[in-house]
Amino acid sequence: MIRVTRKIEFSAAHFYHNPNFSAEENRRVFGKCNNPHGHGHNYVLEVTIAGEPDPETGMVLDLKELKDILQREVGERMDHRHLNYEVPELAGQIPTCENIAAVIWQLLEPKIAKGKLDRVRVYESPDLFADCTAESNGSRA
Amino acid sequence: MSTALKLSLTRRYRFAASHRLHRPSFSEAENQRIYGKCSNPYGHGHNYSLEVTITGAVDQATGMVANLGDLDPFVERKVVEAFDHKYLNEEVPEFGKDVPTAENICREIYRRLKTFPAARLERIRLEETSKNSFEFDGENGEREQQAP
Repeated sequence: MIRVTRKIEFSAAHFYHNPNFSAEENRRVFGKCNNPHGHGHNYVLEVTIAGEPDPETGMVLDLKELKDILQREVGERMDHRHLNYEVPELAGQIPTCENIAAVIWQLLEPKIAKGKLDRVRVYESPDLFADCTAESNGSRA
Repeated sequence: MSTALKLSLTRRYRFAASHRLHRPSFSEAENQRIYGKCSNPYGHGHNYSLEVTITGAVDQATGMVANLGDLDPFVERKVVEAFDHKYLNEEVPEFGKDVPTAENICREIYRRLKTFPAARLERIRLEETSKNSFEFDGENGEREQQAP
């Protein structure tokens, strides 16, 4: 099996706030991420597809197709958006990189026609990222 | 047909430290042969980059596997304060016994961090230089044993 990874970047605003928490609790749990004016990141998304290369083309999948899917499903939804207000899939969730990774997984999984979605990695900064994988995928610890 | 998803969070920390690869039970010639210039008696240093990966259920109230407000001070206290700007051979007691290779540093960091209470430690990745990196995810069975 071969794993193929494609990267895209998007820039977006967010803040963390749970309406069920008191103002004091929101500040304590979320710290400066609770600033209601929001703040932004240059997110980097790495999407990994696993599969066997097609013997005719030598490819697991056409990377150009994957690039278009990422642009359509993620770029157009999230780039230069406010994640709290403009991405319906994140409504009611705190837009942490864990939740963003899980939402991106749900968006991409049905669109991958060749190979299998193996991992969604969302970097919020070079020093922080979340990975989303399938629970049963024991081959990738 | 919703797949059960697994989420992990990886955070990078940095520390700078010096070390010397040298085993007193080896002869000088043996130390030189095995460790080469890393055995220089005055020691040398690296800018280490440490990636700590934790995993667990995402708390719906916070959207987090674990709050960085808990993870950062834990790693700072257990590892960064103990290792940063130190001579590992003499200032970290565990390396009085084990040669502070990056492999042994990984193991020691894993041991120090596996008690993190808010999520399960999945993996340690240590870059000693931009060309060398090392990963440790527990001894055989250790990960299963520490699962709640």
